[in-house]
Amino acid sequence: MRFVDEYRNERIARGLLEEISRTVTRPWTLMEVCGGQTHTLIRAGIDQLLPAEIELVHGPGCPVCVTPLALIDEAIAIAKRSDAILCSFGDMLRVPGSSEDLFMARAAGADVRIVYSPLDALEVARRNPDRTVVFFAVGFETTAPANAMAVKQAKELGIENFALLVAHVLVPPAIAAILVSPGNRVQGFLAPGHVCAVQGWTEYEPIAREFHVPLVVTGFEPVDLLEGILMAVRQLEEGRAEVENQYVRAVGRTGNLAAQAVVAEVFETCDRAWRGIGVIPKSGLRLREAYRDHDAELLFPREGGVPASESEICIAGTVLVGRAKPDACPAYGTLCTPETPLGAPMVSSEGACAAYFLAGRARREVSS
Amino acid sequence: MSDDHEFALRCPVPLPPGDTVLLGHGSGGKLTAQLIRDLFVPVLAGDGSELARLGDAAVVVVNGTRLAFTTDAFVVAPAFFPGSNIGELSVNGTVNDLAMMGATPLFLSAALILEEGLPLRDLGEVVASMAEACRRAGVTLVTGDTKVVERGSADGLFVTTSGVGVIPDGVEIGPERARPGDVVLVSGPVGSHGVAVMSRRAGIEFEAKLVSDTAPLTDLVRAMIAAGDVRCLRDATRGGVASVLNELAEASSVSITAVETDIPVLGPVRAACEMLGLDPLYVANEGVCVAIVAPEDAEAVLAAARANPHGEHAAIVGSVGEGPPRVLLRTGLGATRPLIMLAGDQLPRIC
Repeated sequence: MRFVDEYRNERIARGLLEEISRTVTRPWTLMEVCGGQTHTLIRAGIDQLLPAEIELVHGPGCPVCVTPLALIDEAIAIAKRSDAILCSFGDMLRVPGSSEDLFMARAAGADVRIVYSPLDALEVARRNPDRTVVFFAVGFETTAPANAMAVKQAKELGIENFALLVAHVLVPPAIAAILVSPGNRVQGFLAPGHVCAVQGWTEYEPIAREFHVPLVVTGFEPVDLLEGILMAVRQLEEGRAEVENQYVRAVGRTGNLAAQAVVAEVFETCDRAWRGIGVIPKSGLRLREAYRDHDAELLFPREGGVPASESEICIAGTVLVGRAKPDACPAYGTLCTPETPLGAPMVSSEGACAAYFLAGRARREVSS
Repeated sequence: MSDDHEFALRCPVPLPPGDTVLLGHGSGGKLTAQLIRDLFVPVLAGDGSELARLGDAAVVVVNGTRLAFTTDAFVVAPAFFPGSNIGELSVNGTVNDLAMMGATPLFLSAALILEEGLPLRDLGEVVASMAEACRRAGVTLVTGDTKVVERGSADGLFVTTSGVGVIPDGVEIGPERARPGDVVLVSGPVGSHGVAVMSRRAGIEFEAKLVSDTAPLTDLVRAMIAAGDVRCLRDATRGGVASVLNELAEASSVSITAVETDIPVLGPVRAACEMLGLDPLYVANEGVCVAIVAPEDAEAVLAAARANPHGEHAAIVGSVGEGPPRVLLRTGLGATRPLIMLAGDQLPRIC
């Protein structure tokens, strides 16, 4: 398969590994931002093939993982209403809320439907005019354009019973938050290729300058990641801190302007809470005033009740900012597995804990 | 039936109260295995009972003849999908479960549960497909039952088939027979059925046509058995090749190492899996089996498989080693990682 096979080629990968070994002279800590990158690294075993000087820590780029507990509870509450249908990407259904997940809610009678695009949810709304169809709008800059388009179409077509439960988050504010967090060890970033395919990389240039940190826009195949790591290590060894682009086959500096335009028309930035991390200023999107009729949080105001509470053992927050690896968690693989997840990173196909578990990694005994 | 004492529960169901059945319990992964192990087997299977062996089909001896006997329910949605429909699937599924014991399938039963409002034309098409599938597999449908339920109580139609076959003398196939040194084969490209159904369900169209691989594997299996010592056979339905390898490793207390790049996957199926974020090794098949073969016979069995139309893409994909029971996958980059059993269904990813 073109554009896949050549990026999984063992010979090319070995060559890059050798080049990385020749280039590195001292320890460096790199963060791959996106959960898709984490999964490739762990599945292919790249972290074990790299020279010992290079440590990879896993970033917060898993939309399922960082969606706050309170919003998941809200989605479950909406799904349970007889006058509503909740549509979601499949990934979200197994994420634990305070007391249950969306799969359990569905088993108990809630109308929860898996869709593959927000436009499918819009179609559900068209076919069920007597119920409000809520799409759980989760994700980074990658999924925002399609969600914006769905709301825009709903407004244009007069489909009033379509709403978004918005949980959109943005990558650059999260990278900045990691860099200023106490105990940060990250010295260079593999920036998320798909996010940059939409946004370009101009937003990352001020971060590189201000924090003197290299950022390499990187793809998702093994060869992409090895090349991204090599480019970041070269910058670090040479004392440079620039934005470079490894993912040239998909990303240009200014990104997809048409997609950015529709997002800007429908959404505006807002402060947003990240699960396990806390509120990051200007790190999320919400619907603009003109589209508030389609905002599920306004249509179905949150009821009071038991406040959302997280598991006390789960270390998802420190995993998501790269301060701990999944296999260092006391619950990893024992209390917390994909069947019985305590935290979202064990659920999502992009979560770091699930990446470790699905690759069969054993828990590391941590000396105290 | 009034003689319910035959199926009277013998002990309390050992699951926490208040728990409900989840869709994942039907995925063929770990949740399914738990349900069978914790709820069905303790209640329904006595010590040394045939049920507890958990083969694709039961083997019972009647007057010295070994019979393979199995049953399978089909609830696929949509009932019509690219390449086939629930009728053909329900015949091939049961035929293949019998074939996996090395049996020659003979007789089938079919029970249909129809939803009020189902177009008779659709039913006619399903039944015609069943007839054609029986003819191709060389089995006779000899008894059946029909029930109709109110609209909303079923999804169009559900089909349950049962089947009986005879195991020829000398044929010994069982999930516990793999031993270190054996060779692992798959009979064809993996993932085609699941991806065809999923793409239809999701309304996703791909440039290349994706069709289900549903097929009777009787002739293929007969040819493979004739060519050499086939120790284990299992059709890689729900849970895919990865789940089957785990089941066989567990049953035989051996480790299995598979080579990712040697497992055949059709180009369009791979592309669809890449887009949907699925691993084809966990996607359902309806015309692909995994075989574990004695090392000295591996090439002969492979050649026999490839000479059959349903096995032309057969490949050697791995080998059996000493226990403990687990499955390892050698990745494209040369690293090795455990290939685990999934808890439930794979879920398409967000981005």
